[in-house]
Amino acid sequence: IRLMYYEKRVDSRTIYVGHRPCPDTEAFIPSKFCDNRIVSSKYTVWNFLPKNLFEQFRRIANFYFLIIFLVQVIVDTPTSPVTSGLPLFFVITVTAIKQGYEDWLRHKADNEVNKYPVTVLEDGRSVKKESEKIKVGDVVEVVEDETFPCDLILLQSSREDGTCFVTTASLDGESNHKTHYTVPDTEKDLQALPATIECEQPQPDLYKHYLAFLSLGPENLLLKGATLKNTKKIYGVAVYTGMETKMALNYQGKSQKRSAVEKSINAFLLVYLCILISKAVVCTTLKYVWQSKEGQDEPWYNQKTQKEKDTNMYLKMFTDFLSFMVLFNFIIPVSMYVTVEMQKFLGSFFITWDKDFFDPEIQEGALVNTSDLNEELGQVEYVFTDKTGTLTQNNMEFIECCIDGFQYKHRDTRSELDGFTVTDGPVNKLQQKKEELFLRALCLCHTVQVKEAGSEVLADQVDGIDGLLLPQPEEERGFIASSPDEIALVRGAMEYGFTFLGLESKSMKIKNRENNIEEYKLLHVLNFDPVRRRMSVIVQTKSGETLLFCKGADSSIFPRVRPEEVDRIRMHVERNATEGYRTLCVAYKQLSAEEYAVADTGLREARLALQDREQKLMAMYNQVETGMSLIGATAVEDRLQEEAAETMEALQGAGMKVWVLTGDKMETAKSTCYACRLFQRGTELLELTVRTLEDGRLKREEKLLELLRDYHRRAVQDAPPVKAGVTRSWSTANQDYGFIIDGATLSLVMNPPREADASQYRSLFLQICQNCTAVLCCRMAPLQKAQIVKMVKNSKGSPITLSIGDGANDVSMILEAHVGIGIKGKEGRQAVRNSDYAIPKLKHLKKLLLAHGHLYYVRIAHLVQYFFYKNLCFILPQFLYQFFCGYSQQPLYDAAYLTMYNICFTSMPILAYSLLEQHISMEILLDNAALYREIANNAMLRWRPFLYWTVLGIFQGLLFFFGVRFLFSNPALQDNGQVFGNWSYGTIVFTVLVFTVTLKLALDTRHWTWINHFVIWGSLAFYVFFSFFWGGIIWPFLKQQRLYFVFANMLSSVSAWLVIIILILLSLLPEILLVVLRKPRGPHSRQVYLFLPFPF
Amino acid sequence: MKNEGEAAKRPDNTAFTQQRLPAWQPILSAGIVIPGFLLIGLAFIGIGIGLFLTSQTIQVWEMDYTGVEKDSPCFRCTILSNQNCTCEVTFSLSTLFTGPVFFYYGLSNYYQNFRKYGVSKDYYQLAGDTGYFKSPEADCAPYAYDSKKNPIVPCGAIANSIFNDTFELYQIINGTKKQVPLDGKGISWWTDYNIKYRNPSPVNGSFAKSFDGTVKPINWPKPAYELDLIDPNNNGFLNQDFLVWMRRAALPQFRKLYRRITDGDYAAGLPAGNYSLKVHYNYPVLSFDGRKKVVFSNVSWMGGKNDFLGIAYLVVGSLCVVMSVVMLVVYAKFKFSDDDDA
Repeated sequence: IRLMYYEKRVDSRTIYVGHRPCPDTEAFIPSKFCDNRIVSSKYTVWNFLPKNLFEQFRRIANFYFLIIFLVQVIVDTPTSPVTSGLPLFFVITVTAIKQGYEDWLRHKADNEVNKYPVTVLEDGRSVKKESEKIKVGDVVEVVEDETFPCDLILLQSSREDGTCFVTTASLDGESNHKTHYTVPDTEKDLQALPATIECEQPQPDLYKHYLAFLSLGPENLLLKGATLKNTKKIYGVAVYTGMETKMALNYQGKSQKRSAVEKSINAFLLVYLCILISKAVVCTTLKYVWQSKEGQDEPWYNQKTQKEKDTNMYLKMFTDFLSFMVLFNFIIPVSMYVTVEMQKFLGSFFITWDKDFFDPEIQEGALVNTSDLNEELGQVEYVFTDKTGTLTQNNMEFIECCIDGFQYKHRDTRSELDGFTVTDGPVNKLQQKKEELFLRALCLCHTVQVKEAGSEVLADQVDGIDGLLLPQPEEERGFIASSPDEIALVRGAMEYGFTFLGLESKSMKIKNRENNIEEYKLLHVLNFDPVRRRMSVIVQTKSGETLLFCKGADSSIFPRVRPEEVDRIRMHVERNATEGYRTLCVAYKQLSAEEYAVADTGLREARLALQDREQKLMAMYNQVETGMSLIGATAVEDRLQEEAAETMEALQGAGMKVWVLTGDKMETAKSTCYACRLFQRGTELLELTVRTLEDGRLKREEKLLELLRDYHRRAVQDAPPVKAGVTRSWSTANQDYGFIIDGATLSLVMNPPREADASQYRSLFLQICQNCTAVLCCRMAPLQKAQIVKMVKNSKGSPITLSIGDGANDVSMILEAHVGIGIKGKEGRQAVRNSDYAIPKLKHLKKLLLAHGHLYYVRIAHLVQYFFYKNLCFILPQFLYQFFCGYSQQPLYDAAYLTMYNICFTSMPILAYSLLEQHISMEILLDNAALYREIANNAMLRWRPFLYWTVLGIFQGLLFFFGVRFLFSNPALQDNGQVFGNWSYGTIVFTVLVFTVTLKLALDTRHWTWINHFVIWGSLAFYVFFSFFWGGIIWPFLKQQRLYFVFANMLSSVSAWLVIIILILLSLLPEILLVVLRKPRGPHSRQVYLFLPFPF
Repeated sequence: MKNEGEAAKRPDNTAFTQQRLPAWQPILSAGIVIPGFLLIGLAFIGIGIGLFLTSQTIQVWEMDYTGVEKDSPCFRCTILSNQNCTCEVTFSLSTLFTGPVFFYYGLSNYYQNFRKYGVSKDYYQLAGDTGYFKSPEADCAPYAYDSKKNPIVPCGAIANSIFNDTFELYQIINGTKKQVPLDGKGISWWTDYNIKYRNPSPVNGSFAKSFDGTVKPINWPKPAYELDLIDPNNNGFLNQDFLVWMRRAALPQFRKLYRRITDGDYAAGLPAGNYSLKVHYNYPVLSFDGRKKVVFSNVSWMGGKNDFLGIAYLVVGSLCVVMSVVMLVVYAKFKFSDDDDA
């Protein structure tokens, strides 16, 4: 048989099951499909070196160092190529090793998958193969608890009903068991099954299933990576293999986010590049001016070679310029990049390790997906949060329902088990019927599964499951569903006496109040989607009636039911919504045989469509879900997350603006906002919703503009000017504004009918929003969430945004914002996978931002400034020395010092500082949210602090050089009358330099752990030790033993000691003075500001 | 309640991972800084006074003998054609110049720290490796080979430009000249003389033979193996004057140790009286506007005379003291205002 026949299409593939040609198709053409190898690795052994090197040198900094290195090799330059080659080599090697290691891990993981043994049916025999050898068309056997080696079409299952259970936990984190079905009508004899399958070319959407056949749908497809559960064995035919599987297509790197700090680094780099170039230009110019004086250019004691004399003057100038560049190039340090990378990488472990982020409930802590953004956590200005599952627990509790206008309270079910039947309102026969219909609807209209694991070992006998489950206490019944609302509803119905027993072979069983089992044949599930905001099922009762049950948001149900029914229910729904409950309306309709037949064919056709399936399905759904009658509404409480209000308050106190973006109803969302204290009693709400736009006289656009102007006047113009630097005044004197907008209005604002208004609308809207303490956007589609984030992100001053969410609908905004935070909630793992950081609970956000973010920012900002500073005062003396050596590019320091300065002598203390520093302890940071404002707007990396550090570097550089210069006015510094030479000069300057920059860091360190002590004093000791060692031996590989005993001789001179001491002290004196004098004097500020070491 | 798996996933509760390592949190409070500054200031003033006084006790006599002015004794030697010119500089000391007296020569506007000049030597030659005698280091050019392509040993600009003025010092007692013995030992770094520089081993017992096939540096009047024919320990690359010259000066104005006066009647110093310094004037400096001088100085524990260090210590010390007073005032003032607020 053939499973299907379709016209051949370009974008489809034909698969021959078991590689047997089909009798009635044309010639058997084995098509070329890729093999089942998963390759996530980037390199092979052979191309690793060239490819990795190429990638590394594409980075602008590395390329710059490579150029410098090449100049040193080619041109006759003052320092040997080793001085810049060695650090570059070090950096490149470390990076290559790191990337190589990561790639090796990927290779290992790939191999594990690729070499996994699988069983393939070949010519009637089971053959063990390695997973990578599976070809498209192979029939593969998978046993329980194994993962599928490739995307398979389920042909045969060991279960009698032709189903199998699958968990996709490793794909999307949803741990529920999903039911998949075998292809109907396949013969039991797989060995001789001649069939072809035609299906779409692979596409990556995990949730959009494509297979289009006569009767094949997503329920027939088993995805690679998913695990077989509760089923002994299945056979399936491979349709997509290797890199074409859904999992592989979904495996792709996320776009790189760059942090604000990196932008600052690049700006500073430019400044230093300018300094470098101008230094080189100054020196080159002065050199030629100086040389023009007679006798200076070529004194008799230093004559030029013939070649030098012959060289073109301009060429000489150019090489001189290059030489100066090389001499001063250390001002832009290679090692800064390494240190910054290391700091970020190692620093991010502190988030993962933090036990405060560990949630005992899910047994997980925080997760760091990227370490590039650590410091960005300390710079957040806007927080966009999802409501459901983020602000609220997504732990639904059935609160009450309303059937046909009568309200049924249902709280604390344990105490009043039968509180349902008589609450208020008359109980008559009709009412009774409605009630039962409503409860049946709740029991049937969902996609909940009964968890079998809870029913002990006996439940493994799948057939007997019903009988075994019955005597179980009802509380123990476990349900699994993609949405917790559904579970709450099913549980709610259970409390009222209607228990859902499970779905078995397309028939749903429920136990009614009389403990009778009712059975319904599940004909169709019209899945939930966020656009329709409702879902339906079509079932057939025992008696042959076909019923459609639909549940969904009020706004999506009300237009589809008879209007006269709406009013009675609407009142309840709105009241529930204001109380912060999530409401759903339930409707039903009875389908006549003809109606059903139409719907059935329509749905089937839509499902099989190869093109525009989504739209076709949607249209069909909309067509079926009409003319229903409303039965009732439910109210489910979604409790707030632990400490949601405290967290929000802390964020606002820290100067962040919190925007709630939710798909929920305005009333519900508003009540949540009040509950989280985003809106307070005094907050004046500015509402911009469909309702406020309804105005008899004016058109919607006009009304919108009028409202926008009005709100703008109130919130922006009349508001007292906000002091610069303080984003939100915390005195109560100011009127707080809250802004509410819904999705429909937002799209009107963003895309007004007349394009000309767009910018005006937007700027008004943005200005209003920026002056409000909290903004609530409700009824948002996922893409609109991202749109809002993007709008704020690109607004004036480009504020740093953070998005936090837990569900698939938040992914777009998580990806859009500067920092995306995923909550390890109950709605799968999509948000977590796409986030930059994932935390188990909302309350962890407070510590993540206020403590970790703050510290990371301070650390890295200090790291960056310090690096520039220490290289400035490193190179400045070398620059000044040019004025005293006839601009001959004579290095002041020995090559070893030039090379080691950044690698060994001064790198470790700053790394330790940037990992461990806590200038303010975490507790104080958490208690005083306002401290977060101290570092707002990239405060430590603005031009002012940069200027401060630069001036400090210049001051110290001048001091080092001229201090020693004056000492050397008489170079007889030893008590035996002997004189010191140029290398002694350089070594004294270098010693002062190393000690000063290290002690400067020591002064800045506010948190001295033993590691800091070890590294700071260790570095200094290492410098001394190294200098002795380096100067203590005649190194056979050195052409010149420049430093031989220079250091030891230096230490034998009392004058050298004294000058070193006084220069160090003098360099640090201004710093000490500033620290002491900058201390604010107010008694309140003292405890807080006392610890701030930064003088600005 | 916790099982194994739980413990594995739970982050380690160590002080390090929780960023709770015990830490010392120093606060630069006024209570520490003010007395600290005062102490440092006083200590520095003390050191400064010591340095300054020491520097004052050091006697220095120096004299430019370049001969730029027409009436200066060495003017006639500045004419280049005048070979083997000697001139005599006379001076008188009014008090005893306490010994040991160190005799320096000084050059100015002389760039020993030119980069190309600095690398223009062959360390392997100077370490006595005759393997490099025939093929000097390329950096030595244009002082690597003479015009006949013979390798120069020691090659390079530094060696070639060795300072070759020589001096004889006489005390004039009643019109007769009494030569002051000059001690040429111990004027170079101990490690240069004993370890860094080595003479080639003699060939067939002859030191000169080891230099076979090489020529002397162009400017040298005699080859390296004839630098000191009297004292074999001061000959060749181990000649003290050569070693002193090879240690490049840091700045274009420098002095180098020439001799010490430690022997005989002058061990206690140069007595007051008239002296005559006979200069064998060989070294041309006027072509690049350089100057030559001789310096007599004695040294203390801090080396030669250098007022800078003492003054610097005094200034910084007083600065610290002043700062501590200012801080005290500021602190006291704001402390009071704090109390008012409270």
